[in-house]
Amino acid sequence: MEDNHMEEHDQKLETEVAPALIAVHPNQKFISVSIGSDLRLFNLQDGSGVTLLDENGGHKDSIRSIRYSKSGQLFASAGDDKLVKIWDTNSWRCIYSVVSEKRVTSLAISCDEMFVCFADKFGVVYVVDVRDYNNENRALVNTKGVPLLSHYCSIITRLEFSPDGKYIVTADRDFKIRVTLFPKEPLSGAHEIQSFCLGHTEFVSCLAFISSQDYPQGLLASGSGDSTVRLWDYASGSLLDTCDVGAKAGLLHSNQKQDEILPSVTDLCATSNGSRIAVAIQSLPGIMLLKCNLSSNTLSVIKVVSITAETFIPTSIGASSSVPLLWMVMGASSLQSNNFALLARVRVVSGFSDNSSVTVEPEISVLDDKEIPRGEPLLQILQGKLSIGEEAFSTAAEAVKTSMRNLLIKKQYSAERREFRKRGRNDKKNQTPA
Amino acid sequence: MLEHESISNPTHSKTTGLPRKRFYRARAHSNPLSDSHFPVPIFPSQFDYSLHYPQFFPLPDRSDGSKKIEFADIGCGFGGLLISLSTLFPNTLMIGMELRDKVTEYVKERILALRASNPGQYENVSVVRTNSMKYIPNYFEKGQLTKMFFLFPDPHFKEKNHRRRVISPHLLDEYAYVLRVGGIIYTITDVEELGVWMKSCLDGHPLFEAISQEVLEADPVVKLLSTATEEGQKVARNGGQTFQAVYRRIASSFSH
Ligand SMILES: C[S@@+](CC[C@H](N)C(=O)[O-])C[C@H]1O[C@@H](n2cnc3c(N)ncnc32)[C@H](O)[C@@H]1O
Repeated sequence: MEDNHMEEHDQKLETEVAPALIAVHPNQKFISVSIGSDLRLFNLQDGSGVTLLDENGGHKDSIRSIRYSKSGQLFASAGDDKLVKIWDTNSWRCIYSVVSEKRVTSLAISCDEMFVCFADKFGVVYVVDVRDYNNENRALVNTKGVPLLSHYCSIITRLEFSPDGKYIVTADRDFKIRVTLFPKEPLSGAHEIQSFCLGHTEFVSCLAFISSQDYPQGLLASGSGDSTVRLWDYASGSLLDTCDVGAKAGLLHSNQKQDEILPSVTDLCATSNGSRIAVAIQSLPGIMLLKCNLSSNTLSVIKVVSITAETFIPTSIGASSSVPLLWMVMGASSLQSNNFALLARVRVVSGFSDNSSVTVEPEISVLDDKEIPRGEPLLQILQGKLSIGEEAFSTAAEAVKTSMRNLLIKKQYSAERREFRKRGRNDKKNQTPA
Repeated sequence: MLEHESISNPTHSKTTGLPRKRFYRARAHSNPLSDSHFPVPIFPSQFDYSLHYPQFFPLPDRSDGSKKIEFADIGCGFGGLLISLSTLFPNTLMIGMELRDKVTEYVKERILALRASNPGQYENVSVVRTNSMKYIPNYFEKGQLTKMFFLFPDPHFKEKNHRRRVISPHLLDEYAYVLRVGGIIYTITDVEELGVWMKSCLDGHPLFEAISQEVLEADPVVKLLSTATEEGQKVARNGGQTFQAVYRRIASSFSH
């Protein structure tokens, strides 16, 4: 009891700050940004903000995951309010509201768009059948998920489906990546583990599939608190290559002590033909661009795309499959000084594309605000404000860093706290009659 | 890991050289959900066999694809089953996994003492302190094990604590991953409710099937389930009933 009570309490404090997230519609019709419980949407086709229709009144606490489905027909959002909301992107009506018993950490939509999977903070992944979403005029469905698989008592940081839809991949804070066959009838569970991709030495924070026409099955890339990006043959679990992105970006001090916390990789985004991967790293103002060679199974650094005028360290990145733009957001919810609450900064990098035919690198540059598609109206909606003060950046960067570290890096209990926990147990023991 | 200690160890019996249990008393239960700090191999090939089975592995290098651990006793307690299995299968490598550090220490000492007094024997058994509910894939590769044992596991009666049970539908997915097709999972308990639970988890799992009574009777290992471990002996002394469930890992019908 005592133990449990403390566990819950710890978790509540540590998870308060949530990073701002960005998701891009596969054809770049819409851009979504979440910050705190706020879900912001911009329609790039007609150049206006989108009003969400939700009978239940939207999210009540920090959003932890937002995703578009492969075709862009569905959008899903979930987080600390223990709700998973599934939206129809034609009407932007919430069509399913799924109640989870625990906070939701991540979600993914199956490639055939028939199932939505989400992970709770005890490491259980649930599946929701959304096959009937096309029924016209049907009312909002309030439903629950069915358990699919579980990482025993770990926090699942990311869920991803393989490009062919055959596997569901789950990453956790215990350094593991699990590859599980996603059955035709997932409602009775996913019991067959294909592989574990083991090699990271800290929590795994993000996943991205790298595939192309020549390699439709593709490879898996993962980012971690160990400051590396790794490349995997996910069907066998073999580690193919490791790129020390933190060191290569010059973020590690040469005298870095072993137990010092490394700048963790926060997000990954691959181009549609898989030859380029953008990497967001804590403390890196900008992104690192990697080249992935699918025939030699290697990763190499192309360059760091720096952002100089302001301290912009992306908390989340995304791209469509058709437009060569990388969208980035920086922000955090529930900052101590709530003047800055719910401010997000959006930046865009151009030239984010494959170049299998050309020999020269496409021109990569960070766009000025006015060069961003739909410029000011878009920023007004997604950022919450047109211009954002420099203090907000550093506060957000620090807050996200601390919360991620606390949540995902194993706690080394302070001596005092350990004593307290022990006392709690002894008290209990003393109460039980001998 | 298993380093030789001096023979005149005060925690060991003078007559038998075996470690005495009273020096290794531990809390009755450990909470498998809380994070502890013991080293865990990042992946199975990082687990150093030369520390555990020095006679089989004089050098840490295992790149030649040599022998691997095939039996795992999960929650091995004081290690009675491993000791019995060791001489029954002298060429099979086996390991006990135990969460409580004092108990693990005891088993280590017990094995070392047996090795010292029976040269050439007990070289195929070892023990590791770990949380089996979290780290099985860090120790074993896909299809590596041929037998897994779950003898008298903690019952965790309360409904809300069922997720702490070592046999559960989700954990069976991991056990199915490390067991090769044809491998066997042995479970036994003196708690009827838990026996029913373990059986129903196994019955409901698509990668396990019950083993027929005739086959069970011919399996020499089955007899050890109720007799070889400290917990089993305690139950037997008190004339308690036991409930066992022994299942085989089968191939998937969901083939690609
Ligand atoms: C009741 S005892 C049975 C011991 C032994 N199998 C026997 O039959 O005598 C259960 C053992 O499982 C251990 N245990 C419980 N949860 C565990 C876990 N997650 N990983 C490893 N060992 C665990 C406990 O520490 C305890 O020693």
